[in-house]
Amino acid sequence: MSVIAFAKNWNGKFKNSTYELVSYTKELANKLNTNLIVLSIGEVSNDELNTLGKFGADKVVSVNNPQLNILTSRAYAKVIAQLAEKEAASVVVMSDNNSGKAIAPRVSVKLKAGMVAAVQELPVSLDPFVVKKRVFSGKAFGHVQIDSEKKVVTIAKNCFGLIENQVEVNIEEFAPEVDASLFKIQVIEEEEQKDKVILSDADVVVSAGRGMRSPENWAPVEELAEVLGAATACSRPVSDEGWRGHEEHVGQTGKVIAPNLYIAAGISGAIQHVAGISRSKCIVAINTDPEAPIFSVADYGIVGDVMEVLPKLTKAFRNSKS
Amino acid sequence: MKILVCISNVPDTTTKVKFKEGDSLFDDSGVQWIINPWDELALTRALELKEDAGNSVNEICVIHVGGAGADATLRKALAIGADKAVRIDACPADAYHVAGQIAEFLKENPFDIVFSGIESSDYNGSSVGAMIAEFMDYPGISSVTAVNLDDDDIQLSRAIPGGKQVLKTETPFVAVVQKGIANEPRIPSMRGIMMARKKPLEVKAAAEMDVLTKSVKFELPAEKGACKMIESESAEQLVDLLKNEAKVL
Repeated sequence: MSVIAFAKNWNGKFKNSTYELVSYTKELANKLNTNLIVLSIGEVSNDELNTLGKFGADKVVSVNNPQLNILTSRAYAKVIAQLAEKEAASVVVMSDNNSGKAIAPRVSVKLKAGMVAAVQELPVSLDPFVVKKRVFSGKAFGHVQIDSEKKVVTIAKNCFGLIENQVEVNIEEFAPEVDASLFKIQVIEEEEQKDKVILSDADVVVSAGRGMRSPENWAPVEELAEVLGAATACSRPVSDEGWRGHEEHVGQTGKVIAPNLYIAAGISGAIQHVAGISRSKCIVAINTDPEAPIFSVADYGIVGDVMEVLPKLTKAFRNSKS
Repeated sequence: MKILVCISNVPDTTTKVKFKEGDSLFDDSGVQWIINPWDELALTRALELKEDAGNSVNEICVIHVGGAGADATLRKALAIGADKAVRIDACPADAYHVAGQIAEFLKENPFDIVFSGIESSDYNGSSVGAMIAEFMDYPGISSVTAVNLDDDDIQLSRAIPGGKQVLKTETPFVAVVQKGIANEPRIPSMRGIMMARKKPLEVKAAAEMDVLTKSVKFELPAEKGACKMIESESAEQLVDLLKNEAKVL
């Protein structure tokens, strides 16, 4: 018996969300009285693999096959399922991110394992196996029971935190069969913003809405974000109008984020927007309308014109740093 | 080329959610039903591809797994421009069950491209599209923000953290799409609504398929405490509260 965590890397490096995944899965393995195996696919140095030991990964299985350098969900699912069968895994755990969304459902079908996406915490009960997740885009929580013998879960970002549990890492190589016919996609171009904080990873997010009145008025938003080391985001009308790119849209149909601090400037707080931000630890709202619904979900509020308030905030944050 | 678009029938996004029978079931009384927003974007893109004379898309079919209650939603998809609709008459028990039903249909009725929204706004399972790909052993591309066809030259973009990748693939494949795939969803025209009445909406019997998970209980989130208001002149006070009270800096 075992529990497997799939630790995705980005250009050979793990992120905090990877360590959160390992922390979570270690606790789950302890509860189930079984071993944790962390699986890494792709080219990752031993030094980087050893960092997983800080969060309790005593056994790391590394699959280093150059064919797997491009994320191909079909091939990754095959590797994960092969390891799950070899190690008699009862639960496979992944992060609920782009790759988890692509791979986990395929592993579920391969293993005939019931799957629940974006769970919020350790299982509510182990027998029966019941996990809790957000449903109706954050308007409620659902308890979902997995009845199959094998199980697949993905965990929501920032739901669990990091739990240090230093152990010696034992790295094993694993060379699964991956047939060339599984690779039917090829990458012809890649664009990455190198200079900006990535929204889905950001601890602090400065977001703005139609209250900014025009796309030319974004400088105060960007300045505040810069001082805070924050990512920038926007509401749906702003991205629909083309004032900002779709990748910045947070809300029910855009990105669902869970930063420590979310600053909403000139966003009224429609129910669809709130669905995308309600897991933030702390929400600050700035709006001219004291009745704006955003204040009912915010922790701190300022009634005022964003164009006046944002520069003051930027100054105050800058002063507090120096 | 034929495109199949998977449609989930979900409560309108402004619905106030409530539960019944000891919080074990969603209370659908008075609920307005809509096409799941991501599925609607997928359908919009599929229609754009068909209208573009430069490629050979000649059929858009929508498919749904569920009861007759969803027929109005499927008629709307037809009114927007889909050529035909298929409803598999089964209770959509979990993602495995739904994806398995659609895969059984695909085995008998092959399509070149299958579109699915990245999640549904009700149970947020985010798994049906990728599960269909696995059941069919097709390539699957997730987090897709663009699909372009030029005869057999198929290019897709998918979101990666902080950027995007442009990919080439071949049919058949499943594209799990998200925001960006198409702009505004379409509103059915009067003519579209009239024409939709004559378009085929085929109801098929369900296949034998296992159900692996079930919802056992729902709860509403705890009420949020009151928002602490700060004077617009007191930016320093807010910084102090974020540091020392909320401890998020």
